[in-house]
Amino acid sequence: MRVDFTKPAGIQRKQYRDFVDRISPKPNVLVNVIWAFLVGGLVTTIGQGLLTLFLAAGLPVLEAGAMTAVVLIFIAALLTGLGVFDDIAKYAGAGVIVPITGFANSMVAQAMEARNEGLVLGVGARLFTIAGPVLVFGIVVAWFAGLFYFLFR
Amino acid sequence: MPAAKKMGQQTLVFQNPPAIIATGTVVGTKEAEGPLGKTFDRVIEDPYHGEKSWERAERRLLEDAVQVALKKTNLSPQQIDFFLAGDLENQTEASSMAARNLGIPYLGLFGACATFFEGLAMAAVLIDGGFAERVVVAASSHAATAEKQFRFPTEQGVQRPLTQSWTVTGAGAAVLAADGNGPVLTHVTVGKVIDMGQTDPTHFGAVMAPAATDSIVRHLEDTGRAPTEYDLIVTGDLGILGRDLAEGLLQEHGYDVGDRFTDCGILIYDPAKQDTHAGGSGCACSAVVTAGYILQLIQGGKLQRVLGIGTGGLLNADAPKQGETIPGIGHAAAIERR
Repeated sequence: MRVDFTKPAGIQRKQYRDFVDRISPKPNVLVNVIWAFLVGGLVTTIGQGLLTLFLAAGLPVLEAGAMTAVVLIFIAALLTGLGVFDDIAKYAGAGVIVPITGFANSMVAQAMEARNEGLVLGVGARLFTIAGPVLVFGIVVAWFAGLFYFLFR
Repeated sequence: MPAAKKMGQQTLVFQNPPAIIATGTVVGTKEAEGPLGKTFDRVIEDPYHGEKSWERAERRLLEDAVQVALKKTNLSPQQIDFFLAGDLENQTEASSMAARNLGIPYLGLFGACATFFEGLAMAAVLIDGGFAERVVVAASSHAATAEKQFRFPTEQGVQRPLTQSWTVTGAGAAVLAADGNGPVLTHVTVGKVIDMGQTDPTHFGAVMAPAATDSIVRHLEDTGRAPTEYDLIVTGDLGILGRDLAEGLLQEHGYDVGDRFTDCGILIYDPAKQDTHAGGSGCACSAVVTAGYILQLIQGGKLQRVLGIGTGGLLNADAPKQGETIPGIGHAAAIERR
């Protein structure tokens, strides 16, 4: 019995949810995790390589870090513009979405999408639609971390 | 006095069944590369269709489909009484803009992905009711406008769930007439909005399967027909998973539809080669497959009688975020070879 249509609506809905769960394919978490680990590792290794290069070139630590981020953002933005980033992310998943590359992609993709609505009301207004929550909650967490540090140092 | 042309609870019976005298289908390259590629009238190579936005591309697809259909009949837009159309853009923008250029008296429709079948139903009512001689029905969708409207920017790096379907880029149009050669529309069963508590906007098969089931059961009970009286029962865009869910639900109602039951969203893509996951969806899915492949099979004599069910998931971009469950709808139309 999948769904008993003689039962009350609430029970029918519950039975139907179970039926849907039984037939719906689940993503292969193991494969996704391995891909994310390998590609994410590659992205961060490239980042470390860039940082080492910038330090060796004589940049101070803070500026070398900023330059590393700038280069990674540029690469992700370029790949987004070329229409390749989403193809990589299909396999790499969190491996490219979680690092700064994902942040860059979410803004460039949104900008490309909104350009038809104009520079101000399109690109300007929608640029942070996806990246915005990351900033908002990142900043909120930073406040709490700061407060915690202030009270308990 | 009971309505003379209504049978049972939800089914309309046409006394002079209107004929579908011509159709026009225009699709994108992904659809053209699918198993039904050869059944479409025209393929656009560029998703922008030479326009500067996807929205403009979609409205031109819709216009092109209507023009292709009209050309086959040698009718001008002035000889058409009404234009019934819908799409998935906000306020059905593509249809209104296509209607602006066509200059045919226009009734805009929204039935989500069931719009083409809602249009067929309304056109048949207008014609059999004596209000129109010829009516054009059309529906469109575009993968990029739908993604933009409901999900993520096209270039956003995301992993699509395995339950998700792919929005068909294309438009289908049909010219219905009181007189003329072509398959006829004999019955329409107008569906109810059915909500089985689904909340996942990436699993439309599960959202729409109960509504499709309800309309099929209603149609069979209203008309007293058995599923075996149809050579094919074909839903709009349930996809692979939704079709199986609907088949299971139909069995619970005591109907075994088995091999004669398929779905336009299953027919249009090859999931192994085209990475479409659960199948095709969107207003154009049922429109281009019905107006193309299915009607060609009927005209070729391979099918005598078909029950088509346009299926739609009823939501906007905000409702699921507000915790609303997603209901579905299905409109059934019986199409016969004459």
